[in-house]
Amino acid sequence: MDDRNVGQLPMDDRVILRVGTKILIPFILLFALYVQFHGDFGPGGGFQAGVIFAAAFVLYALVFGLDQALKAMPMKVAVLCGAMGVVIYVGVGFLAMAMGGEFLNYSVLVYDPVKGQHYGIIGIEVGVLVTVFGVMLSLFYAFAGRRRIDP
Amino acid sequence: MDWIGAVTMVLFVVLAVTGVAVIRTRNLFGAVMLAGIYSLVSAVLFVVMDAVDVAFTEAAVGAGISTVLLLGTLSIVGYKEKKPEHQPILPFFVVLVTGGILIYGTSDIPPFGEALNPAHQHEMVSRYYLDRSYDDSHIPNVVTTVLGSYRGYDTMGETVVVFAAMVGVLLLLVKGPLPKRVHYHGRWHKVPPGTTRDELLAELRAKDGNAGGSNG
Repeated sequence: MDDRNVGQLPMDDRVILRVGTKILIPFILLFALYVQFHGDFGPGGGFQAGVIFAAAFVLYALVFGLDQALKAMPMKVAVLCGAMGVVIYVGVGFLAMAMGGEFLNYSVLVYDPVKGQHYGIIGIEVGVLVTVFGVMLSLFYAFAGRRRIDP
Repeated sequence: MDWIGAVTMVLFVVLAVTGVAVIRTRNLFGAVMLAGIYSLVSAVLFVVMDAVDVAFTEAAVGAGISTVLLLGTLSIVGYKEKKPEHQPILPFFVVLVTGGILIYGTSDIPPFGEALNPAHQHEMVSRYYLDRSYDDSHIPNVVTTVLGSYRGYDTMGETVVVFAAMVGVLLLLVKGPLPKRVHYHGRWHKVPPGTTRDELLAELRAKDGNAGGSNG
């Protein structure tokens, strides 16, 4: 077990695992989006959805190897997502300021304060999703990309 | 004791047993798996306590991503824990005293889930959120409105904290691009553009001659 690297373990001969993973991943991504947009009505929200979205790519990396996962979702994109989510969140706040309200006061975003609250919350939840997804995935890449220090 | 109380007790016992097992085992692979089980049992406990959002997060982060990150760490540091050199008597004593104080402190906490608890009676906060949440935003999940709207600043801070965690880990673990010049054995050397890390190191060692003999 010692000489194996979690991120770079090739599983070319494990057909059931590879096919099963390929079938599962779209459903994991879809479930993440469900958790994201159903967060207004039930448990869930940006944070949980971001983690689940990242988990799909982590699963892909574990089964098909880190190189394949980096092709599908490069490190740069993951890090950029981690930063862009904060920008989206703060952007919603400044948008509210530009529309004449206070920072993060969603009531002024559209004509109806109640609708504005709803849209504002959807906006910031997207920001949380993007940040958490990017951070979780780049953390995984950072850990999995390292080799053993002592042979 | 009603059945929810019984389920809670069983879960807490499982939690305690798992915690002790994590400490006792010297096999780090087993410890990581047990930590995952610990997170799953905590998630079930949160469901029993009606905190489904927290349970969701615990299951996804604690049992999912953390386990994978810990496994990634194990692949670097190895799967066996070394035997400690000292008998940890003093730390054990400190833990016992601190734990005793904490347990004594819980005797003052109001009973769990009681409707008359101060947290549920606060006029300006709890009652306001529960009474007004739906009218303010037409969102049925109060947790979402509290997180996103009433406590939007808090959640913004949390998002920034998550981002800061990524920046910290990347600075520590990931190699960035090479600098324009490096300091090696007392002298500055220019780095030609396009050299890789290994090429640079070989070149520096060749230039250095006798001083760079050790593979430091």
